[in-house]
Amino acid sequence: MASDSAFKRLPANPADAVEIWVEGQAVTARAGDSVAAAVLAAGLGPTRTTPVSGSPRAPYCMMGVCFECLMEIDGQPNTQGCMILVTDGMKVSFQRGARDIPECSA
Amino acid sequence: MNAGLTPGCTDADVSVIGGGLVGLAVALGLQDHGRQVAVIDEGDIALRASRGNFGLVWVQGKGDSCPDYARLTRQSARQWRRFADGLTDATGIDIQLSQVGGLYICLTEEELQQRQQMLSSMRDALGGDYPFEVLDHSALKARVREIGPTVAGATWGPEDGHVNPLFLLRAMVERFLKRGGQLLTCGPVSRITPVNGGFEVLAGDHRIGCSKVVLAAGLGNKALAPQVGLFAPLEPNRGQVLIAERVRHFLDYPTGHVRQTAEGTIQCGDSKEDVGFDCGTTTDVLAAIAARAVRMFPLLAQVRLVRSWGALRVMTPDGYPIYQQSEQYPGAYLVTCHSGVTLAAAHAGPIATWIENGQQPDEFSLETFHGQRFSV
Repeated sequence: MASDSAFKRLPANPADAVEIWVEGQAVTARAGDSVAAAVLAAGLGPTRTTPVSGSPRAPYCMMGVCFECLMEIDGQPNTQGCMILVTDGMKVSFQRGARDIPECSA
Repeated sequence: MNAGLTPGCTDADVSVIGGGLVGLAVALGLQDHGRQVAVIDEGDIALRASRGNFGLVWVQGKGDSCPDYARLTRQSARQWRRFADGLTDATGIDIQLSQVGGLYICLTEEELQQRQQMLSSMRDALGGDYPFEVLDHSALKARVREIGPTVAGATWGPEDGHVNPLFLLRAMVERFLKRGGQLLTCGPVSRITPVNGGFEVLAGDHRIGCSKVVLAAGLGNKALAPQVGLFAPLEPNRGQVLIAERVRHFLDYPTGHVRQTAEGTIQCGDSKEDVGFDCGTTTDVLAAIAARAVRMFPLLAQVRLVRSWGALRVMTPDGYPIYQQSEQYPGAYLVTCHSGVTLAAAHAGPIATWIENGQQPDEFSLETFHGQRFSV
């Protein structure tokens, strides 16, 4: 569900541009952005669906508390997007439902 | 009833001191008998065992040195489904009760043997009526595919289960309020005064007049009990809990150390420490809990932890509850235990009935739980 982002960049604090890949789509972020901020600024999301009801969610508290911003970041599922800074070439996909954990071979 | 007519004053048939799982269960049972009940809660400074626990409705191994406690526990477990359905019907809250049996996982053969002996002697003490199974590694693996390769086995209790303890507490509060109960969060109770065969309870600036008073304040009972001629030798025992992220469902049964909630969250625990009133956490204990959980379920090594906390169990010297009416001030009752989840159905049932009309439970002897046993 694409929608106009309510998040506007301030003209101050110019920073180096960083390119990340969100759901296979190239997104230009700024060095120092969290993944959650970069995704919101790009107007992308919802960024996860809940394991309980499947309803869509997006980053909310932006400070590591609410766990609404869980995404798969560079292959790591259930990662808090607001706690991770973007790096060039980072691959982000949205978290759908509960994360899977591979079975261990016993 | 003239409850609430005078500011700062309340009248009720019964005052229950303590708004946790124990106090609310008794209060709900008394409401079933048509009583007007006031629950007096300490507020957010309370130690709140009801918000820190593991959510088990657990039978196996409980009462290994006290058959009446085993009977009480099993009766409560049997009544739990009806209790849960009643809460859900009244409030619409699904408290996620599951009673499909539980596993006590033993890492070593020696541990498994000791556990088998303990449960066998319980079965003897209960005249053969105590269902359990001992599962060796392969029998355990047949039930839980993700079990670790070095785990010796488990004991299986068909009567065990678990519930979401936070939804439970919320549902109990809602049902209590819907039935016209008064929940007073007016700070700790400073004084209980016997007056004219009844009682006056002072909590902050609030005064509650009642004909009966039930002490269900967890560790707070220790200081309150002597005011009504009772004795509550309670000490805190800390348990630390680890919470991991939500993951796909893999664990169908609660265990004594690890459980997966209906939402997929992993909860690990079962440490025991005597550290006074400190409900903090320590790295060494949390690390030991995590290491044991990973040995039980190696796939947990990949799972991230998101929270931890410590909570204080409410323990008597022998670990069993005290259910007692004051001889000096009849109408004052002490209800204290450390299994507020498992025993909730019994507290709302036979224990509330006993407080209401003195009727003794059929299935266990209340005398066993008299506080006199600690007087020498």
